[in-house]
Amino acid sequence: MKYMDEYRDAKIARGLAGEIRRRSTRPWVLMEICGGQTHTLMRYGIDALLGNSVELVHGPGCPVCVTPLEMIDRANALARRPGVTLVSYGDMLRVPGSETDLFHIKAEGGDVRIVYSPTDAVELAREEPERQVVFFAIGFETTAPAHAMAVLQTERLGLKNFSLLVSHVLVPPAIRMLLQSPRNRVQGFIAPGHVCTVVGVREYEELAREFHVPIVVGGFEPVDLLDAIRMLVCQLEEGRAEVENSYARSVQYAGNRAAQAAVERVFEVADRKWRGVGEIGASGLRLKEQYAAFDAERVFGLGDVRAEEPSECIAAEVLLGHKKPTDCAAFGTRCTPEKPLGAPMVSTEGACAAYHQYKRHLVTL
Amino acid sequence: MCLAIPGKVAEIQQKEGVRTGRVLFGGIAREACLDFVPEAHEGDYVMVHVGFAISVVDKEEAERTYALLESMGVLDEELGLGAEGTRSS
Repeated sequence: MKYMDEYRDAKIARGLAGEIRRRSTRPWVLMEICGGQTHTLMRYGIDALLGNSVELVHGPGCPVCVTPLEMIDRANALARRPGVTLVSYGDMLRVPGSETDLFHIKAEGGDVRIVYSPTDAVELAREEPERQVVFFAIGFETTAPAHAMAVLQTERLGLKNFSLLVSHVLVPPAIRMLLQSPRNRVQGFIAPGHVCTVVGVREYEELAREFHVPIVVGGFEPVDLLDAIRMLVCQLEEGRAEVENSYARSVQYAGNRAAQAAVERVFEVADRKWRGVGEIGASGLRLKEQYAAFDAERVFGLGDVRAEEPSECIAAEVLLGHKKPTDCAAFGTRCTPEKPLGAPMVSTEGACAAYHQYKRHLVTL
Repeated sequence: MCLAIPGKVAEIQQKEGVRTGRVLFGGIAREACLDFVPEAHEGDYVMVHVGFAISVVDKEEAERTYALLESMGVLDEELGLGAEGTRSS
């Protein structure tokens, strides 16, 4: 059954790629926002399959990558404190802060635990009431409802030893910043399917109208992405700038209202710094005042932490689609997934790491 | 990181005020919170992200997506299977 599906998918993929090449009269510049989508595009060589009918540039949608250096430094500082258990998703452990990463702190005896879900962290706080459990809550709109529920559940259980180190960012403000840049080259966007599963597509309609740019909500499989690219190319060739949904099996227009309600109860919109990009106004979430007791930055008085990115890293240029990872002099030499200089190399979903993994620096496309 | 994995809801129960389901991902069972998908019933397929179901999806599509994610080798990471200290309950 699986092989039949793969055969069917390969046939559909070739058909879609053929249609994109036929319809495209110039190399349209398209951006996928989500790091998971970047990974699929590279893994299946979709960029190569499309030749010069489209140019794919890769957006800032890897939450691990854009978590600011200062926030990693705060997590590291917490993990070193006696009495604190720092709980994180596994992919944050090897992300370097200014001096070190959580993996090394754990090896040195820091109490760092990896979980699959924030509910595991709440459970840990209940089982170990003598420890202060801090959950490193990073992510985009997809993950925010889970973190909101962790706070609500902790409140319901009456636990006093659980807090969040919040580093939440939002996709639409980043797209807006990109479109407002005089250097913007992006002509169409693939919107992230699971972010839209939660928040719906209304905000994307505003962006499409305001900037006259087509946006197609895309899934994560090769066929999903090719279909989204096909829809974008059709819109561009026809002079349309609409929001279309190529991932309707998961995304509804209004999104998931129950998930949105949980987020609205616990979080509010705030300015956030993005690693490699800098500060973007109203581009993230922070805990509301009434949930200040769950805010690790306040509970532990982490205050003002400053950190500098390595000057050689061109992360901002890559994350905003101005340059490709392979345009960087340090790519694959002084900057590798094992020893990353900056944001897009620190996680497998970052554009530089994806290029490196699939050896784009060794292949002439 | 923003991937969601499709799984089948095998059993639903209320646990300390939370609607929780035992969700099957291939041969692996995991608990997931179903509070965001009140429309999901036992036997339905849901997309699960960090232990929370965020949408209900069609069975055939879910199985196809699962097979593909499995072939891409991303399931272990998304389900936290390689993670040390992960709870399987």
